[in-house]
Amino acid sequence: MNNLIDLEKKINSELGTKINSTKIKHNQIYAEIDKEDLIDVTLFFKTNKNTKFRQLIDITVVDYPEQPQRFKIVYLFLSHEFNQRAILSYSITENEVIPSLTSIFPSANWMEREVFDMYGVNFKDHPDLRRILTDYGFEGHPLRKDFPLTGHTEVRYNEDQKKVISEPVKLEQNYRNFDYESPWEGTKYINELKENNDKKN
Amino acid sequence: MTKKIKNLNLNFGPQHPAAHGVLRLILELDGEVVEKADPHIGLLHRGTEKLIENKTYMQAVPYFDRLDYVAPMNQEHAFALAIEKILDIDVPIRAQFIRVMFCEIGRILSHILNVTTQALDVGALTPSLWGFEERETLMTFYERASGSRLHANYFRAGGVHQDLPAGLETDIAKFCETFPKIINDLENLLTDNRIFKQRNVDIGIVTKEDALDYSFSGVMIRGSGVPWDLRKSQPYDCYEQLEFKIPVGKNGDCYDRYLCRIEEMKESVSLIKQCLAKMEKGPIKTFDGKITPPSKKDIKQSMEALIHHFKLFTEGYRVPKDEIYTAVEAPKGEFGVYLISDGSSKPYKCKIRAPGFSHLQSMDYLIKGHMLADVPAVLGSLDIVFGEVDR
Repeated sequence: MNNLIDLEKKINSELGTKINSTKIKHNQIYAEIDKEDLIDVTLFFKTNKNTKFRQLIDITVVDYPEQPQRFKIVYLFLSHEFNQRAILSYSITENEVIPSLTSIFPSANWMEREVFDMYGVNFKDHPDLRRILTDYGFEGHPLRKDFPLTGHTEVRYNEDQKKVISEPVKLEQNYRNFDYESPWEGTKYINELKENNDKKN
Repeated sequence: MTKKIKNLNLNFGPQHPAAHGVLRLILELDGEVVEKADPHIGLLHRGTEKLIENKTYMQAVPYFDRLDYVAPMNQEHAFALAIEKILDIDVPIRAQFIRVMFCEIGRILSHILNVTTQALDVGALTPSLWGFEERETLMTFYERASGSRLHANYFRAGGVHQDLPAGLETDIAKFCETFPKIINDLENLLTDNRIFKQRNVDIGIVTKEDALDYSFSGVMIRGSGVPWDLRKSQPYDCYEQLEFKIPVGKNGDCYDRYLCRIEEMKESVSLIKQCLAKMEKGPIKTFDGKITPPSKKDIKQSMEALIHHFKLFTEGYRVPKDEIYTAVEAPKGEFGVYLISDGSSKPYKCKIRAPGFSHLQSMDYLIKGHMLADVPAVLGSLDIVFGEVDR
């Protein structure tokens, strides 16, 4: 196995300013880059004879709604030749459009469609950017932290119209998220109920 | 006079017996030749990743059973390993052998299903009748260890839920003696079968380069001649102590992938035997009381144990802030978990990397120029299970 420390040095010296920071953890190399350098860095990773990250394992996003740069885009690479894994990441704001990797890795196609579907991140030059996992005509981006777990709509078969219709979610009982980590202050929904009662009184 | 010829669009599925679940494949046909295939997936999407973000680490394990539901424990393994690496805990050796043994049982479960249904897709009924009987035996082993045939919920961070019941080890050993004969019977039916070969040889060929570009893993990449198996190259648990070979294909067609699966089943039997031989009595989960729930006996006698039990099943254990990608060699390929913890008792983010997702994506590339009748053969050899593709 080619040494990860050598690889870190190599990446830092060859790519220089394009890499913002690197660290080695859990036998993997984590590198932070800028959005503009994605294509260059990926091409280097894929073609350089000392890296040979020939396979794109996955693309995903982490949502931090409280930060100004809300989405962290993560790319996972695997090099069979040197038996190494690399994780590239960069942060963007909510409405930024990011470059697509489909021209370098054909497998990026569906991965980017999934990111688009789940987080609403837009890709430039993607050949076929459609929703992939959610239903036809679905609205919203389910994996964003501000999307409720129960969703917005539910479907049922309507006997009168003889078709499946979708309507706003009606729950017999509200979804209760028990906060066990601070049991002495009471869970959130009880506090809200209390406040409402206080207002009424 | 010239006639205008229009391509025919055909819906393959979502309710088609050879679609292996709920795949809607839109095919554009020129006569009987497929010009374009556009798989529509997501009909089984349940939002697993979103649900996991809202559950404690222990409550998230059962969701992994429901991904690739023909080999449930292999998925749990990836999740357990991810948590173990972040928490930096050691797994007792007996637990490692139990986990590896059940992962190999899962591999056999998955490969039997795939090989026999692939045969069914190309016209052979008998293999599935023979194979499913063996799957039933294997699932009773699952049941005896975990209490359920399919949704096991058996692996924990730090070991397994409980020790094997009395007599299970001898019964698994007996199975290992009888099962190779069943593999031989299946091979007698299929390997040299004229019809089976006509339908599979030189169909759906994947070159080495394309296998890499399309993010293939598992049998899909080994069938094309790339000797890559995470159990060997990035060993986890006790795989380093076991001896096994990695079957590799030559032509990268459907037939080679079938041969790889048959050989892998034989290797799995040998792995199970080795696990049984090396397994010694001992603890089956870590002793760390902050992660492992106390035994029933302790709860009756000790106040601390009772408090620990209560806290573990309400709040759950906390996992320090970290970011990790862990992958295991599941029967279908590289199954990975990209886990981000934030110091609380629930994962902040848990991305599941399912092998079937990248395999199905290449459907258009694989089937272009083939005949309509080859669609089920290629689809069968991809080994697609919609639980993991749709998540």
